[in-house]
Amino acid sequence: MLFEKFDYMARFQAELNAQDVIPFGAVTEKILSATEAIVNGRKVILAGTNNYLGLSFDPRCISAAQEAAGKWGVGTTGSRLANGTFLEHQELERELAAFHDVNHSIIFTTGFAATMGMCATLVGPGEVLLLDADSHASIYAGAQLSGAEIIRFKHNDPEDLARRLRRLGDRGKQTLIVVEGIYSMLGDTAPLQEIAAVKREYGGWLFIDEAHSMGVLGTHGRGAAEAAGVESEVDFIAGTFSKSLGATGGYCVSRHPELETIRYCIRSYIFTASSSPMMVACTRKALQILQSEPALRRQLQDNFNRLYKGLQSLGLPIGPSPSPVVAVALEDRTQAINCWNALMEAGVYVNLVVPPASPSTNFLLRNSVSAAHSSISVSACSFPAMAAPGVWPLKLV
Amino acid sequence: MTEYQDYLDFMYSLLDGHNKDNLVLSETTELVADIGLSSLEVMEFVEKIEDQFDISIPLNILPDVYTLGDFARKLDELDA
Repeated sequence: MLFEKFDYMARFQAELNAQDVIPFGAVTEKILSATEAIVNGRKVILAGTNNYLGLSFDPRCISAAQEAAGKWGVGTTGSRLANGTFLEHQELERELAAFHDVNHSIIFTTGFAATMGMCATLVGPGEVLLLDADSHASIYAGAQLSGAEIIRFKHNDPEDLARRLRRLGDRGKQTLIVVEGIYSMLGDTAPLQEIAAVKREYGGWLFIDEAHSMGVLGTHGRGAAEAAGVESEVDFIAGTFSKSLGATGGYCVSRHPELETIRYCIRSYIFTASSSPMMVACTRKALQILQSEPALRRQLQDNFNRLYKGLQSLGLPIGPSPSPVVAVALEDRTQAINCWNALMEAGVYVNLVVPPASPSTNFLLRNSVSAAHSSISVSACSFPAMAAPGVWPLKLV
Repeated sequence: MTEYQDYLDFMYSLLDGHNKDNLVLSETTELVADIGLSSLEVMEFVEKIEDQFDISIPLNILPDVYTLGDFARKLDELDA
């Protein structure tokens, strides 16, 4: 039967429904601000939205999108290679390349299409992809499509990466090493100086997905590679418009001029409609704001440091270092669902992450902190609801 | 050089702790259907074999691996 393989998911959904919990596909009925909304009939603080700089609701970004819709229409109805390249797309590509201080850039309709498309295209049969074990699903999806040999190295472990490159010998020259700046589940940062050193010793090409670190880390907000001082050793940087930039879309930049040729080989770039001009225009505005208002980044850092310390002082099992992603790991599914439910009742929406999306057998309650969170809402996210009867004491991991 | 039987013997030793139903392990024992390893446990199992034999196992070979025998054979081919 075609559908039997989905039985496990039907059982899980039924279990959630029986508990009157809808953590997946919670419906936002009204957005009140960048950090508040009516979700599933309840007014909540949005603490699970990746809206790191709060720009999704910035009036300047909204105006830019409105103006673009008036000028260009709401969609391009075509591929970048056909009728879907507007001046706006080219301008954003130029601006992203300038932001990253390189000469070449490609924008994609979604972040998933960017990382998947690049990983699927940069390597092919006979070549090798060396992936951090905790890589995002889009990276694994691209790896599968590439036809290359796929080898995982242990998460954030440069020594394991070195061992694997040593085993590859000369094939290291045909190997793309893929890591992320900040990992989306636990908020931990890649040890990029050590990884760059391994690349120097053994060879290979380095691809960094800065989806969660662009706009967050580095003096100019360029991400983890800038913060680690290794940008000149990185071959490709991918990013997204749907986190710090508050919109939808993705990109890849590179110092290699070959990116301009590679562009014509990426199926997720060629065979899809280009980004809506509204998305491109509000992303351009958000990129300007990101660069001209570093105070936003400082506010974000201040907020996530405070939340991290707050959860730490409660003795909760959280990720290894403060970042905009602050996740609490729980062993037990029922307990995780109860906590999620209690938080919703207390007016805080966070993400519930279940295996295999989480990097272990743990269940995660994942906070995404925003510069737009007021100090009141940041403290409110400090899981007061976990002290509610029936939830406390937590069985800590 | 590591042989088919070496891989198999190491897998038996690794699975001792996981074998809740006390199955008699053999070349035809299936990792998922018989032993019930989750996708995450399969990856941990792969990592332990990689560390033990100082090899990297491409993920590409895993879709064809059902039994311990399948796996040991693939590793033997990789080695050759």
